[in-house]
Amino acid sequence: MHNKTIAELSIALRDGQVSSTELTTQMLQRVKTHDATLNSFVTVTEDLALAQARAADERIAAGAAGPLTGIPIAHKDIFCTLDVRTSCGSRMLEGFVSPYDATVVANLQRAGAVMLGKTNMDEFAMGSSNETSYYGPVRNPWDTETVPGGSSGGSAAAVAARLCAAATGTDTGGSIRQPAALTGITGLKPTYGRCSRWGMIAFASSLDQAGPMTRSAEDAALMLAAMAGFDERDSTSAQRPVDDYVGALGSPIKGVRIGIVKEFMGEGLDAGVGASVSAALDELTRLGAELVEVSLPNAGLSVPAYYVVAPAECSSNLARFDGVRYGHRCTDPKDLEDLYKRSRSEGFGAEVKRRIMIGTYALSAGYYDAYYLKAQKVRQLIADDFRRAFAACDVIVGPTAPGTAFRLGEKADDPVSMYLQDIYTIAVNLAGLPGMSIPAPASDGMPVGLQLIGNYFDEARLLNVAHQLQLATDWHRQAPADFV
Amino acid sequence: MSLSADDVAKIAHLARLAVEPRESEALGRELSSILDLVAQMDAVDTADVPPMAHPLEMAQRLRADVVTEEDRRERYQAHAPAVENGLFLVPKVLE
Repeated sequence: MHNKTIAELSIALRDGQVSSTELTTQMLQRVKTHDATLNSFVTVTEDLALAQARAADERIAAGAAGPLTGIPIAHKDIFCTLDVRTSCGSRMLEGFVSPYDATVVANLQRAGAVMLGKTNMDEFAMGSSNETSYYGPVRNPWDTETVPGGSSGGSAAAVAARLCAAATGTDTGGSIRQPAALTGITGLKPTYGRCSRWGMIAFASSLDQAGPMTRSAEDAALMLAAMAGFDERDSTSAQRPVDDYVGALGSPIKGVRIGIVKEFMGEGLDAGVGASVSAALDELTRLGAELVEVSLPNAGLSVPAYYVVAPAECSSNLARFDGVRYGHRCTDPKDLEDLYKRSRSEGFGAEVKRRIMIGTYALSAGYYDAYYLKAQKVRQLIADDFRRAFAACDVIVGPTAPGTAFRLGEKADDPVSMYLQDIYTIAVNLAGLPGMSIPAPASDGMPVGLQLIGNYFDEARLLNVAHQLQLATDWHRQAPADFV
Repeated sequence: MSLSADDVAKIAHLARLAVEPRESEALGRELSSILDLVAQMDAVDTADVPPMAHPLEMAQRLRADVVTEEDRRERYQAHAPAVENGLFLVPKVLE
């Protein structure tokens, strides 16, 4: 049962082949068996899950079920969950119990999904390997000596290892797509503003976006349909109707113009990953898509611009952790300044402190024009590049990450080499566009991610192209041998 | 770009972080390497480019000026490190 997709489980639940209580019990048992190895969950909410499963079974019996009713999922620990620990991967929030649900969590609960627990993540979503978590690194189920990517590494590993049918993630610079690529699953970062940020602990507010992590594009459509929508409690929530993502999955892709970014296919890309991406492009061509070359001349500046914009917003957002209202507080502060400084230094890990300091420096008196203003201008150039590219194509396709999963510790001492994991994903966040990662053919037995980038609010088309490719191939059905 | 120990101390103070002197050299090196990466932006001329503050063209929404939040002070203070009579406690600020 655990190998089935949401779409398949939904039918099994409706036809009475399995109850949600049975399914949830089975998944909780898998978490117990496998997660000592993976460390993908930081909190397992067994009692709550079983109560939600019983409620789902009643709803199914009453004929009032939706496609997610009774489906066991997990939430990245960045989402606030009522009466459940919410730690954001940080010592700062160790033991914090949220007094409310994030909108995305509430939306999925309303759809009947069952929450198995909260997944591990890089601290405050800052990282690309899940090694910055205060709660220990997550291991990649395909090779437990390698990382699952980050920051949504726990969600990615849990979905890949079949410990839950799907999970939520967040993506500020690639944190859904890169871990999806490294663990062989499907992950979608919607257009900025499509899913509510309310109750999602803030990192960089002009970039943060929630999205689904699943084992198929069809499942991503089912999840996004429940997650997305306007929310008056999020001041930048998009005020427009949610498209019918599931209904759009049936269109043939003959004639769809696929843009190949020439800057993404050259230097810096692992040869094996490049070959896998080419194989996926061949398959898209076979399905009738037209390939056109497009150029994003300023994409190479996306990582530099991001490492001003994101740290600047992070330094501002994380100022709220002051040891006064919630979170870690140092013992015996001698004065207010000592209280702030020691509480923050003890509560935050090294990567978070680095980013707070970079942001503080970039925003400090005399440096604003050279850093923040400059980065916002580069951001505009990058958005303009995409606008021109989408005049010539419908969907951009290329690699998600420059290589396959790397070994634990390999990049941990060199922040800049870690940042370059996101060279293909960050431009998408800066422009605010939707992007997704789906499995391409494996390289040396390790998963490879194919990135699809769409125009603003064009998630339905992205999902359909991904779904058509998945109907014709079995790359997304590959599973890590020790976890089937 | 190379940040000195004094630069690191100044930034740490602005960020209200305590940095031990033994950490500041390594931290200075790491921050400098990030600023070197950032400096690649200088390769492009942006004199006539308008800054992009936000990905979507949207105006700030307004709402009616009425109370919409219920009083949840007790709930929200339940996880505060130190409270008394509904107030957050901090070390004495004024003598």
